[in-house]
Amino acid sequence: MTRLLFLLTLLIFASTQNAQAFCGFYVAKADADLFNGASKVVMSRHEGRTVMTMANDFQGEAKDFAIVIPVPTVVTKSQVNVADTKLIDHLDAYTAPRLVEYYDSNPCQPQFETMARNMAAAPMAMADGAAMQKSAKKLGVTIEESYSVGEYDILILSAKESDGLFKWLNQEGYQLPKGSKKVLGSYIKQNMKFFVAKVNLDSYEKEGFTYLRPLQVAYESEKFMLPVRLGTLNANGPQNLLLFTLTKKGRVEPTNYRTTKIPTGDDIPLFVADEFGEFYKAMFETAVQKEKMKTVMLEYAWDMAWCDPCAADPLPKADLRKLGVWWLDKEPGRKVRPMPGQSQPRIMPPRPPSQAVNAFVTRMHVRYTADTFPEDIVLQETEDRQNFQGRYVMRHPWTEEASCEMASNYYKGLPERFEKEAKALANLTGWSISDIRKKMEKGGQSFAMKPKSDDRPWYEQMWNE
Amino acid sequence: MSMKIVHIIAIFGADSRLMRLINAIKADPRHFQIIALSSLLTLLLLWSDFAPSWEVLVLTLSATLISQYMFTKIFDVPTFDFRSPLITGLSLCLLLKVSVLWLYPLAGIIAMASKFLIRWDDKHIFNPANAAIVIGLIALPEMVWISPGQWGSAVWMGFLLICLAIMVLGRTGRADISLFLLGAWFALLLGRALWLGDPLEIPIHNAQSGALLIFAFFMVSDPKTTPDHRLGRLIFAISIAVIAYIMQYHLQIREGLFYALFIVCCITPIIDYFIKDKRYQWRET
Repeated sequence: MTRLLFLLTLLIFASTQNAQAFCGFYVAKADADLFNGASKVVMSRHEGRTVMTMANDFQGEAKDFAIVIPVPTVVTKSQVNVADTKLIDHLDAYTAPRLVEYYDSNPCQPQFETMARNMAAAPMAMADGAAMQKSAKKLGVTIEESYSVGEYDILILSAKESDGLFKWLNQEGYQLPKGSKKVLGSYIKQNMKFFVAKVNLDSYEKEGFTYLRPLQVAYESEKFMLPVRLGTLNANGPQNLLLFTLTKKGRVEPTNYRTTKIPTGDDIPLFVADEFGEFYKAMFETAVQKEKMKTVMLEYAWDMAWCDPCAADPLPKADLRKLGVWWLDKEPGRKVRPMPGQSQPRIMPPRPPSQAVNAFVTRMHVRYTADTFPEDIVLQETEDRQNFQGRYVMRHPWTEEASCEMASNYYKGLPERFEKEAKALANLTGWSISDIRKKMEKGGQSFAMKPKSDDRPWYEQMWNE
Repeated sequence: MSMKIVHIIAIFGADSRLMRLINAIKADPRHFQIIALSSLLTLLLLWSDFAPSWEVLVLTLSATLISQYMFTKIFDVPTFDFRSPLITGLSLCLLLKVSVLWLYPLAGIIAMASKFLIRWDDKHIFNPANAAIVIGLIALPEMVWISPGQWGSAVWMGFLLICLAIMVLGRTGRADISLFLLGAWFALLLGRALWLGDPLEIPIHNAQSGALLIFAFFMVSDPKTTPDHRLGRLIFAISIAVIAYIMQYHLQIREGLFYALFIVCCITPIIDYFIKDKRYQWRET
């Protein structure tokens, strides 16, 4: 009874170009070109029902765009949807590694430090691309379904053998990457159908989109996995994938690859605030290299009801439902209220939820090649509800006047603290420590910081406070 | 300083104490298993971001040891043996994942209870750690899971060496079953890859699982719950591999191997009935 679903997607360029495969979605080229060429996938899953939302940042011309996703059964028109890109962007921002800032209090009046603001790593935005075409032929290839959803024309194909499918796709003007015939054959033997989506240029232009919206497919299958094999066929170097899962019970993990957590909790220098995107990129790169690109990096695992600190508000229930969290009831989500006195009202208070949302988000970041990830990523939902986030802390030293014994001790301790931060940053990113020290000097963290003292006469100090 | 060296020599040197220690370890193959499992656990603690906490270790190990002691008293067993419950406890720490801490000691108690309560022909039927894991997975699916991916393939070679060393050093005489199982399992993975036209990297990647090695060398190999005759053990191992394969690749049950061992253990008495051989004793007397 259990039908398997293998999802694999491949990006195909028109015949004039070399086809480039990937896991399906080439992500992101925005202004901040973090992780150029990554894909973003959201998988919502409970009781064998899966909704997969795929965002790709296709950078060619719209007419050259196509994806192929093997599915276990014929997917009818009503099982396919086109989603709003903002949904994935919001989820990306909510789960992104975050920078937290604290300001030291006056060393002469010891107090608890207060959190000032949180910053998320710039979310990876989408770009565009698209194309369209539709035809049918016989080469052992059957067109099971053919319909349009939004700006996409979709075909559901079944094939008897990979040669036929390969030939047919070639005849239709697609050049598949080398070696894809074997992978297609493997999926055909497992009774897969193929979901082929292209862009319908007419509706694409009519709708006035400048980018391709994420495609959503809903299906029922015991199989919980993500295809990466086709993505590794092109020789364009490692692929990047951001995989978000939304589940009811807890964290999702791969069963056939090791999971490692990205480094978190370190105190880092202040100047990182201005280049947090670069920091995140270098930090991720270093972590990946340390694991020889063989692990899946866990970046975030949290109950969808809250966050602490928040990089963006939690998604409202209605949006979660749109992303496939079908088990949530329809009532609107609770309002997010800012902490009293908090400067950024959109940030939710850091405390556990009064009302659970029953959705748990896991953000996994994978960099992979055929060598390090030879097999599709098989996933399982665990019962682990422990929260995890990538969080980095900046501590602003006290720069106002302070003249007391405690202040001189405080300032004596600062160089050591700054050095520690510099070393932590060098370890995390592989950046040169002398460059870091220089940047710190420029960025308000002088290693020779002295307490400010007020040399004015006491009566001036008194009247002109 | 020199006093100390003299002292150490006095303990381990020409004196036969070192030899006595070695002999004491060699006296029981389970000593090697304990050393190996502890090494694997240490490796996990150093290596994994999801390693068990010290509370887990303390609770699980004390639960298995105390319940072994209690059952020894209840069933009037002449001597309390710390080795088996230690092995069971270590295996649970290595494999079992639960969402609430108290389930660890509970699993330990269930494991030892299964050993004393579910018996046939003076032989317990289930491997205790496996029984606890399977009962947990079935009874409390909302709280129990295993993480087959937690080891990754990088430390796999180290794992394999440790396991093989134990097999050679331990000489339980029943270790053949581990090789039978690994052989059968790999043959199935290889067959699947050939049928699908997949590259060999895939079955090799799949075989490189730390969980698989722990399962093969420390659970399936339990001489008390496996058939007495070598042919019986071959049948036993192949059955586990086939059932686990069907569960994992056709039914999408990730814990297939553990369920398979549980199922096949039920037919061990039947295998023993038809293919008879000497009953295993931990210490050859």
